[in-house]
Amino acid sequence: MAVQISNMTRTHAPKPILIGALPLCIAALIFAAAVSVAFGAADITLQTVWEAIVSFDKTNANHLIIQTLRFPRVFTAMLVGAALGVTGAIMQGLTRNPLADPGLLGIESGAAFAVVMGIFVFHITSLPVYAVFAFAGATLTALAVYGLGSLGRSGATPFKLTIAGAAFSSLLSSLTTSILMFNQRSLDEARFWLAGSVAGREMRLVLEAAPFFFVGLAAAFLLGRQMTTLSMGEEIARGLGQHVRRIKLACAAVVILLAGSAVALAGPIGFIGLIIPHVVRMFAGVDYRWALPYSALLGAVFLLLSDLAGRMLVRPLEMPVGIMTAAIGGPIFIYLVRWKVKR
Amino acid sequence: MKPEIPWAVYQTKFFSLRLDRRVPWILCFLSLAALILFVLHIGVGEYYIAPFDVLNTILGKDLGDENYRFVVMELRMPRAILAWLVGAALGASGAIVQGLTRNPLASPDLTGVTAGASAAAVVFIVILPNTPQGWLPLVAFAGGMFVAVLLYLFAWRGNASMSGDSPIRLILVGIGLSAALGAFVSFALTFGELWYVQNAIMWLSGSVYASDWADIRSVFPWILICLPLAFLTARDLNVLNLGEDIAHGLGAPLTLKRGFLLLLAVALAGVTVTVAGIISFVGLIAPHLARRLVGSLHEGLIPAAAFVGGLVVLLSDLVGRTFMPPTEIPVGIVVSIVGVPFFLYLLWKREKV
Repeated sequence: MAVQISNMTRTHAPKPILIGALPLCIAALIFAAAVSVAFGAADITLQTVWEAIVSFDKTNANHLIIQTLRFPRVFTAMLVGAALGVTGAIMQGLTRNPLADPGLLGIESGAAFAVVMGIFVFHITSLPVYAVFAFAGATLTALAVYGLGSLGRSGATPFKLTIAGAAFSSLLSSLTTSILMFNQRSLDEARFWLAGSVAGREMRLVLEAAPFFFVGLAAAFLLGRQMTTLSMGEEIARGLGQHVRRIKLACAAVVILLAGSAVALAGPIGFIGLIIPHVVRMFAGVDYRWALPYSALLGAVFLLLSDLAGRMLVRPLEMPVGIMTAAIGGPIFIYLVRWKVKR
Repeated sequence: MKPEIPWAVYQTKFFSLRLDRRVPWILCFLSLAALILFVLHIGVGEYYIAPFDVLNTILGKDLGDENYRFVVMELRMPRAILAWLVGAALGASGAIVQGLTRNPLASPDLTGVTAGASAAAVVFIVILPNTPQGWLPLVAFAGGMFVAVLLYLFAWRGNASMSGDSPIRLILVGIGLSAALGAFVSFALTFGELWYVQNAIMWLSGSVYASDWADIRSVFPWILICLPLAFLTARDLNVLNLGEDIAHGLGAPLTLKRGFLLLLAVALAGVTVTVAGIISFVGLIAPHLARRLVGSLHEGLIPAAAFVGGLVVLLSDLVGRTFMPPTEIPVGIVVSIVGVPFFLYLLWKREKV
């Protein structure tokens, strides 16, 4: 019943495109990062940015802004964007469903539920504590979903994973909603976090989270070849001698690590995990050795730019980036789909 | 020995219907269950009325208690009927959408109806709180319809090589549009006045609280037209389900049939929004449960999905009303909670894809 993803586009992109797009994407990432550091409530020249890196001056307000506000923010956006792009690609390959995203394992709803419970029951109020709750909630939920989806003889089939994930996410978001509905304090405290944001994260928190991301990304890229095989269908993968069960477990572990860290650091940010893999597939095909790195790069670029737009659009207010990703990404995505999806 | 034929065939001069033999029995069973729940739903609550008294009151007997008549006929019965109708409409709508897109994650949400209705309702509740709130159902309905049409237009390509209304494009455009509207909703919920935000969340989680006969009068005609139409066009879904190429080969005018089915799904989901807000989970699980009960041929599946949907919403509303009185939990929330055991049952059974 799963819709095949591969019929949307040609299976293999020509090598020159695959290799040629890489420097372009990297350049885009560097550009987006530089612009994100420079622009914001206070506009700072790129030269000052450079000075703040090489010869940091504690008394210079601009240097302080860059070191304590902009850098953590840009790093957060890059890490979270890359993680979400990659996990989206893995989830869509794993479930062979173009509607899948990291949220399908219940990661976002689990994190949201844990944080709202934390606020409601334990009166927690600080971002690092939110992060711990979010990561724990995400991990537990994802494990539960994967466990439930693997019940029965045939193991974790795409269909069962999909259904278990949808059911569990729906359950948890309902519980979250009911808390928010009846408890105004929780609503007030949680609603900004729930919109997803990369603002105001301290450098220490970002640095503590960074290893999780790097390990997860590296593991994901290593799995690229196996993912390609698996995405052709389980029977074929098994026929080719793959340990399907192990590979699926490894994929799920990577998704939990990456998406869990992302939601811990930035709150639930939807849509990136959903559309970036689609966009990547349009030019890079379904070879995951390429699709995964591209998903990471484009995810990071997209999150950086969305965050920048959120800062510039409604100055002096700031739009949470979780809102911006969907607001900007939605129309772009519709345009791409109209243009590219032929049947 | 003659093998048992799994089909029941009904044939008249104008009309023939082939059903899985299980279907009529399952439907009877589901109706019976709905009736029992219906009586329970009316009887249980702050003011308890015994099941037989409920039946007698409905049948018009005077039991000597002034309140019975009012509580049963005016307060609880419309609500119970409405819950069932809403569930049935959503179940059928979900079955159609899943059949059209051949995707197990599909639900009426995919048509853009819920996203449009949510956005319109949030504008109305949070951003323009001083407008007369009686217009809310109409505004939500209009928003839902508008977005559904917009979605179809966005997904449509007249170009000959692009297959006008490809389901996969419809799904993907639906995702994009729903996300953009969702961003707007979440913007309003993040920055809006707290009190109005809470009201909006209440509406968004779907409730049949305080419904009356006027609500039923406003949705019943729609459902009366759309549900039978859905049953009658079910056969087209079977053909479409064989895949694009085969359906073409069998000579089905694909675009027309798909368009009509989609319209039915949109109308059914849209009409529920006016009386119950957003109840999204039913449209997803009811078809899955129904498929488990009667198999995947749509002649049986669509009525079964409707009946299952009705049952699920009725049950959920009963639970939501009585779980922690006097607070009422909106039915949309209870559906997700009650629905999970059902889903686990689905998973526990050996699955067919």
